[in-house]
Amino acid sequence: MGAIYIMWLREVKRYFRSRAQVVVSLGQPTLYLLALGFGFGPVFAKAGAGNYLQFIAPGVIGMTVLFSSIFSGMAMLWDRQFGFLKETLVAPVPRLNIILGRTLGGATVASLQGFLMLIVCLIAGFRPVHAHAAGTPGSHNWLAVPIAAIFIGMIAIVFAALGASVGSTIKDMQGFQVLMNFLVMPIFFLSGALYPLKNLPKVLSWITHGDPLTYGIDGLRGVLIGSWQFSFKWQFNFMLDLCLLLALAAIFLSTSAWLFSRIEV
Amino acid sequence: MIRVENLTKTFDQFTAVNDITFQVDSGEIFAFLGPNGAGKTTTIKMLTTLLRPTAGRIQLDGFDPWVKQREARQRFGIVFQDPSLDNEQTAYENMELHGVLYHIPHRVRGERIEQLLRLFELWERRNDYVKTFSGGMKRRLEIARGFLHTPKILFLDEPTLGLDPQSRNQLWTHVKALNAKEKTTVFLTTHYMDEADRVAHRIAIMDHGAIVAIGTSAELRARTNTDSLEGAFLALTGTSLRDEAASSTDAIRRFAQMWQQKR
Repeated sequence: MGAIYIMWLREVKRYFRSRAQVVVSLGQPTLYLLALGFGFGPVFAKAGAGNYLQFIAPGVIGMTVLFSSIFSGMAMLWDRQFGFLKETLVAPVPRLNIILGRTLGGATVASLQGFLMLIVCLIAGFRPVHAHAAGTPGSHNWLAVPIAAIFIGMIAIVFAALGASVGSTIKDMQGFQVLMNFLVMPIFFLSGALYPLKNLPKVLSWITHGDPLTYGIDGLRGVLIGSWQFSFKWQFNFMLDLCLLLALAAIFLSTSAWLFSRIEV
Repeated sequence: MIRVENLTKTFDQFTAVNDITFQVDSGEIFAFLGPNGAGKTTTIKMLTTLLRPTAGRIQLDGFDPWVKQREARQRFGIVFQDPSLDNEQTAYENMELHGVLYHIPHRVRGERIEQLLRLFELWERRNDYVKTFSGGMKRRLEIARGFLHTPKILFLDEPTLGLDPQSRNQLWTHVKALNAKEKTTVFLTTHYMDEADRVAHRIAIMDHGAIVAIGTSAELRARTNTDSLEGAFLALTGTSLRDEAASSTDAIRRFAQMWQQKR
């Protein structure tokens, strides 16, 4: 237990110590929120799909959590670089505890970032609302926020564990760049964070269904704007999203633990 | 304390460590010397559970590190060739983290950390980030950390690389003192013959993955009819230069440094 706690604490401490990074990492999602949210807003409304800012806000919150969590896992590359990794590799504790502490720490940090992004969205005009018919304003639903926290936390754990699996495997910067372009960006763009998943071309639709983030975003959006009767409904439903995320978390955590236990330097 | 029998490590075609056998007694300071690429670091990695041997047997204080991994790990401390500190935490936090990972009870931990930080003259800087430390201070902190959980064996892989003579001198004084006081067995590698001569009770000379000689400094000199350990070393390993391929780790380290400066 001690090992899990101290590794968790390390991640959290780092977060609170790098305030500049906190702000910087919110920059990109904020840009998406404002530029796309207000930029595509009129087109979206004309298509009878409602308020695009409302639609995209859960997407950029998910984006923030995705990037923050997956990079926390990949930060293992830096620990390998600067040698600290070895200190944890020879410690007389199960490596499972080390990786668990790291991953939970990374997930905690990513969740905090997600909440900060939620606040940015609120400032920009986003409001969590009850289900309502297209075109009519829904009533505010602040109770959705604690439920959204479940999805934020699950997205964080799933991708922190995925990042840790990757971080246990790659050894150099080239690998990092490749993964960035061929893993993280597709996960984001193919998740339905930016557009509704209805009526997509068949192939694209299949791909989006294979993207873990799709279910996280769907859950988050469903909870926050309860869009039962919107023209973009929940793609799936609460239980399916949650169960899939739990299963993915279990799979990725086991994978990262297994890969981490095999590291030799 | 350390028993190694017929230890071998091969990477694909290349044999890094070839069938070595030796023993280190309890409380002894044992030095491993050898040219670059002789297999010293590979041997230490195998002894410290970082690399699985291809063949052979290892025992650390009676435990096979590949069978009773946690028991073995609890019994040794290691100072790696490259730094292994967390730069983003303070000196004290680095010690604390180590103490927790090595199951040092809370009430002893603080006391022991203070005692070691004072000994290595880092107590005043305990709340400073490690990234602000000089190379010598980092080394001292790593060695202090290595001693924190009162290991029975301390591995030091080229601990004085890149340090000035003052730091080297001070470092060995502390290591010798702790070896005497806490009866810690010390297993070290170095390129500096004078250090090995000064601190080690026994010396093993390694070349091309094999141990070519083992004994006290006097024995090695007598055996080669030379009057210095360096003379004995060169007589045993020849004078040709050894090339060591830059590892991928070196390459990314450079990249990381570049990246850090850019920020």
